[in-house]
Amino acid sequence: MSLIARNLSKVLVQASGTATLRSLHTTLPTLSETGLSERPDTRIKCTLIPGDGVGPELVYSVQEVFKAAGVPVDFESYFFSEVNPTLSAPLDTVADSIAKNRVCLKGILATPDYSHTGELQTLNMKLRNALDLYANVVHVKSLPGVRRRHEGIDCVIIREQTEGEYSALEHESVKGVVECLKIVTAKKSQRIAKFAFDYATKNSRKKVTAVHKANIMKLGDGLFLRSCEEMAKLYPKIEFERMIVDNCTMQMVSKPQQFDVMVTPNLYGNIVDNLASGLVGGAGVVAGASYSANCVVFEPGARHTYSEAVGKNVANPTAMLLCSSKLLRHVNLPVYGDMIRNAVDQVLKDGKVRTKDIGGQSSTQEFTYAVIHNLKLPRT
Amino acid sequence: MAARILKNISSASKRAVGSRLYSSEVKKCTIIPGDGIGPEISAAVQKIFAAAKVPIEWESVDVTPVRGPDGKFGIPQSAIDSVNRNKIGLKGPLMTPVGKGHRSLNLALRKEFNLYANVRPCRSLEGYKTLYDHVDVVTIRENTEGEYSGIEHEIVDGVVQSIKLITEDASRRVAEFAFQYTKENKRHKVTAVHKANIMRMSDGLFLRCCRDMAEKYPDVKFEEKYLDTVCLNMVQDPTQYDVLVMPNLYGDILSDMCAGLVGGLGLTPSGNIGLNGALFESVHGTAPDIAGKDLANPTALLLSAVMMLRYMNLNKHADIIESSCFATIKEAKFLTGDLGGKAKCSEFTNAICEKIAAASP
Repeated sequence: MSLIARNLSKVLVQASGTATLRSLHTTLPTLSETGLSERPDTRIKCTLIPGDGVGPELVYSVQEVFKAAGVPVDFESYFFSEVNPTLSAPLDTVADSIAKNRVCLKGILATPDYSHTGELQTLNMKLRNALDLYANVVHVKSLPGVRRRHEGIDCVIIREQTEGEYSALEHESVKGVVECLKIVTAKKSQRIAKFAFDYATKNSRKKVTAVHKANIMKLGDGLFLRSCEEMAKLYPKIEFERMIVDNCTMQMVSKPQQFDVMVTPNLYGNIVDNLASGLVGGAGVVAGASYSANCVVFEPGARHTYSEAVGKNVANPTAMLLCSSKLLRHVNLPVYGDMIRNAVDQVLKDGKVRTKDIGGQSSTQEFTYAVIHNLKLPRT
Repeated sequence: MAARILKNISSASKRAVGSRLYSSEVKKCTIIPGDGIGPEISAAVQKIFAAAKVPIEWESVDVTPVRGPDGKFGIPQSAIDSVNRNKIGLKGPLMTPVGKGHRSLNLALRKEFNLYANVRPCRSLEGYKTLYDHVDVVTIRENTEGEYSGIEHEIVDGVVQSIKLITEDASRRVAEFAFQYTKENKRHKVTAVHKANIMRMSDGLFLRCCRDMAEKYPDVKFEEKYLDTVCLNMVQDPTQYDVLVMPNLYGDILSDMCAGLVGGLGLTPSGNIGLNGALFESVHGTAPDIAGKDLANPTALLLSAVMMLRYMNLNKHADIIESSCFATIKEAKFLTGDLGGKAKCSEFTNAICEKIAAASP
């Protein structure tokens, strides 16, 4: 009860406009803040959104592994989908559940190009806006045993994901002429810049790269860049660099090792996320997370529903398993988190069981069983 | 008055008669050598063209900004006239002066000649190994609107609105060009790159124009892909794409990314197709640090010039020059510094000229 009261007051404080300063200074919610460490014996509740495409299969894989490892997490599962609106749970219910549980494991939602109701916002955008999930963090790292063109990639892409090109403000001025608005605000730019530098500090990273196109969009991206520059001054120990987005993609395909932490507006983040994921093995192996001041949604880093593989038992559950491992670390169950992470690493390193996307023939199920087989309780 | 008109007509007809012998064979081309390494690599291209006996007469113009009647700095009128007259141009790298009052020259040229489509073929070069093999894609980018419309304003303090403009006319025009290009160059597939899942109206309009055009070209395969999917797949398996057509910003990003796959901007040609003509250019920088030292690599400009020849239907010459250039790179005897060799620009150029001389009958 007290927890709820605390939540409520926090939400109210956040909602009122007076809290600008506060919201700027919020970073990853700490464990003591979420109150989970105070009750280590109780089971953790977590919202689960399987998503579209192969999402349900991957989530099932996670559940199998959780069961085998005896992870004290209970899932609150919701079917949430834009392509199947009649079956989908209402947005409010899902958002409430996530706000209450403060953690969520989410598959990918398919976003169709059209909407029967003329709706411009996608369900993903609505959920992000409802919960104010402003920072998407994708840690792209070369995996052991997965051989790719580039070695030794280790970068973190931090993407603003509540404004920019994803504002869904469009109109047809006259027939055949469409205007699409991209909104950039100082407040949100500063917030994401602050988040990126805090992340870099906390994780002992050396450099933050701001990705922009301020040479063309002088005001919009200019504002974003300026916000980052100003924030950089407050963190003298962290190197700051700027890079134009087209050059950034070119550098990324030729010398990806040069990047450390990258902070980007919405669309560029989407591009760089996918590009970097492609370099280390594709959408099936990269985990990500979206943060608001209060809750975290763990979801794969490159968002593809892989709908052509539905029911074929061929999708790679690595990304989803790594998401779940991150989730467990976040809710202060690092033992279980590491256990799953190590098991996945071991399976990849052995290289005997591999799904199709990383050059093997194994099925999702075989991979899952291999992970379960490699679960090792750490020696205490 | 009437007499003057008559005189004009007669002189015009006289000129036409007098030059007919030439006009069918020798075409005039404007060349803008550019800044930094521009003059050297332009000279290299001209030398190679001379060796291949290409029936082209160059008209070199300077585009150093001059103060126009409106007080702003801009391209000299003589340069604009030259391109307008010849309808075709080759351009080296230009330095955009930093500071206020200068419009970007590239942008000015683009506006002046209505260059609506930017074409960039990216192909893996034998002899210069990168981590990606068998890349052979062409990016076609809408070049006049989209995110680069330049319409932006600050609504209130700290809130900026940038407008991405997509029009049916421009989208249709670039889609048509993409299919036409695919057909003429005997390619097979056009991929429309979009983000219509989040920008349903604007990118949706672009996508619809591409779909409509695809119906008119039934023998060209057509597919639609999200921008993020293309980025992801391109670095995993670049061979699955052929011709890509997209709005301005995506084109900017993807064309540079593809250039990265094959070894950078020093190797990728670029052409701008417009209503009033076409301008071919190298898109790399001016490299002021090696300017004048005979170290620059003229490949990008040379391949752009080859694109120009194809545009002018001088395919035979284009093939000879292109294959000589590729052969020289493959041989790896005379490579410039950026490709890991030690040769000078002039040595590289001479090697190509020798190959051309050997290939010509």
